Amino acid sequence: MKEVVFSEWQGRPLDEVLLACRDLVESPDYPTVARWRAAGGKVAGHFQVYFPEEIVHAAGLLPVKMRGAPVEPTRADAHFGSYLCSIIKTSLEIALSGQVELDLFVSHPICDAARNLAAIWGRNFSHPCQILYLPQNPNSAGSVDYLRAEYARLLEVVEEVAGRRVSSDDLRASIAVFNENRSLLRELYRIKRETPWLVSAEDGYALTSIGGMIPREEHNDLLRAVLPQLRARQAKAQDRIRVVFEGAFCEQPPLDLVRVLGRTCYVVDDDFLIGLRWLTSDVPVDGDPLRALADSYIERSSYSPVQHDLRKPKEKMLLERARGAGADAVIIGAAKMCEPGLEEQVAYTRALDEEGIPYFVTEFEENMTSFDHLELQVETFLENLLFA
Amino acid sequence: MDQHPESNPILGRGNNDGARLFRAWFSELSDVAANGSPAAYVFVMGSTNEILKAFDLPVVFPEINSLQTAVRRVAYEHLNEAEDYGYSPDVCGYVKADVATQLRGGQHPMGRIPKPSLAVLTNACNTYIKWAEIWERMHKMPVFTLDVPGTREADGQTWPGNRHFANDRKYVEVQLRELIQLCEEVTGRKFDIDKLRQVLGWANDMSEGWRRVLELNKARPSLFNALTDGTIYLGVANGFRGTEAGSRYFKELVEEMEYRAAHGIGSLTDEKYRLSFVGVPCYPIFRRFNELFTDWGGTFVNSTYLWFASGGTNRGFQYDLARPIESLAEGLLVSVRDAMDSMFHQDRVLEAMIDEFELDGIVYHPIKSCRTVSTGLADGRRYLAEKRDIPSVFIESDMMDRRVVSEAQMKNRVDAFFEGLASRRQQQARSA
Repeated sequence: MKEVVFSEWQGRPLDEVLLACRDLVESPDYPTVARWRAAGGKVAGHFQVYFPEEIVHAAGLLPVKMRGAPVEPTRADAHFGSYLCSIIKTSLEIALSGQVELDLFVSHPICDAARNLAAIWGRNFSHPCQILYLPQNPNSAGSVDYLRAEYARLLEVVEEVAGRRVSSDDLRASIAVFNENRSLLRELYRIKRETPWLVSAEDGYALTSIGGMIPREEHNDLLRAVLPQLRARQAKAQDRIRVVFEGAFCEQPPLDLVRVLGRTCYVVDDDFLIGLRWLTSDVPVDGDPLRALADSYIERSSYSPVQHDLRKPKEKMLLERARGAGADAVIIGAAKMCEPGLEEQVAYTRALDEEGIPYFVTEFEENMTSFDHLELQVETFLENLLFA
Repeated sequence: MDQHPESNPILGRGNNDGARLFRAWFSELSDVAANGSPAAYVFVMGSTNEILKAFDLPVVFPEINSLQTAVRRVAYEHLNEAEDYGYSPDVCGYVKADVATQLRGGQHPMGRIPKPSLAVLTNACNTYIKWAEIWERMHKMPVFTLDVPGTREADGQTWPGNRHFANDRKYVEVQLRELIQLCEEVTGRKFDIDKLRQVLGWANDMSEGWRRVLELNKARPSLFNALTDGTIYLGVANGFRGTEAGSRYFKELVEEMEYRAAHGIGSLTDEKYRLSFVGVPCYPIFRRFNELFTDWGGTFVNSTYLWFASGGTNRGFQYDLARPIESLAEGLLVSVRDAMDSMFHQDRVLEAMIDEFELDGIVYHPIKSCRTVSTGLADGRRYLAEKRDIPSVFIESDMMDRRVVSEAQMKNRVDAFFEGLASRRQQQARSA
């Protein structure tokens, strides 16, 4: 597939590029995915968090992050009971409604709700609906071998869907594309940390987010063009509190909520869409590519409430993130009904208490539409810090 | 032989002995707590009792402790205490009741719960992992996650001889050997493979007994109520797994059930409707919940709960004592995977159960506390309704939190369900 699916930004000034990115992120119709399909491409939808997109990319499929949409789950509601987070329902909704058409769906056992998805989707769609069983004991000496074999199993499923074999060189080429993408996203986050007045929270979010909706080569083109322009901006630093946002590892807050945060503080680091940047350094392109990917998951992946690694206690990792970003405070969010996120809030707040780092705790939902109350609360919290 | 329970010692023995064993178990745990000797925290889906009992480690099942607080009607105090500590109302009630128990220094309505020296959990429920992280922080003790890969897609189970199965089995075996090493460190004892063989032998007796007991309930009338009696048997299946007492209990339980089957002695005097239960029981009003069905002549002849909450030992997997660790890895893989299948692919399980157990209806009971069990039930019900002509009812509440248990609303729905069953039966009689 060589056709460009997201061309709206090309040849535009920076502000219009960012506007185009925000518009795409807020669209519940995933128009770039529709364009890809219209051009004859196949699509692999993957549910949060740690999906090795390189494996489907190498087979020529478009990896699409299934992260719900700001829609009412009118069809999906009949397939679920109460007490569930929104993203579980809206992800199924956009597939049942035809807003996104897939050729393969893959989920991981990240939480009790998500691990039901392969079975639920499998009862409703004729395309393969799989669970990728990522190791939940990454501390075992057997975990890399196991995961390498599990990735190989997934590759067989992907080859079947793609109708072609995937060579080790295909995988290495894809790893190189994603390595560049990881490097560019790290640069974006460096700008957020070092000069947060040069990129607003919502623009930083949108620039990251569209990576899950377009071919990664296009995302690289976009970031290569935009990042130097952000660096060259003439904006001045303001006297704002530097904040880390934690809790958006799976379901995402609406862009309006990110905008509200960006109006009141500098979001200097976060776990927004961590599933698009979960490998914290490059994957080696020499040797066995599946082993390199497996080893990277075990040794060099970001923490989140849905990964249990004895080497990475979540509260310790959050403190490292806050210190690394030079944050003055932390906003701890959790999606409504997100059990791992809600459970982690207790450990986070206790660790922050011990370290004397101010924090604000809240819940969000991807299709929430009213932000006045939250904005007032956040403003009050931040003003208390500014004038303390 | 006299068939009356009061004069025939074999009848009701399973329930009586189960209750006795339970009291003895909690009494032992209280002693362990008092003298500060090591204890292991484990979960019902893949307890690895086989390994732990080979080290003579007393086992604590926090899930069972928590449900006991609900049955004994003190859960709300525990939930409130954990919520005051910071846990959201939307977090699993079992977790919160246990947090409160830990904060109370192990004080519990059944006795005193010892602190963990070690926790072993599988990935059959993700909340197990989050739960163990709480103990890790509270008690600074080792936590071992035994990762058991599950079924990748519907009907996609692999078996010995398949390379994907071999990969999964090998991964589980590596972890079991790591667990054995950890147990040696915690207890200061050397691993004894002959002791493991002995434990596996008793576990084999229990698995075969459990499989047989469930199978015998195909009888008409059904021999035991899967919701109430079954929960007692389930408690022994978990708490006493791999012990001589557990082995004896299940041999005697099979004997009781075979006697009942031979003499046509059912759990209800007048069994009108044979039901299957899907989900987790409503423990805050356990007796009344059951009566909502038995008052209409409905009895639960089987339940997915008895499958998944026994860690899949309902399959009756038999360990090969000639190669104990390898066989244990295979057995845990097959059984824990089966437990997960009976939650995520419950439609497959029920489809077979409809015919084998001559079901008249299915009761779906998704609960707020457990998204593992509950998330897929509405969709599974829809799917099954399209494939099979089987009446069902869908009632939501909780296994712990009485704030979301609306008895009147449940009764309305259950009554309507039985009225539908009665009407359906009349129509069938007319058209016969």
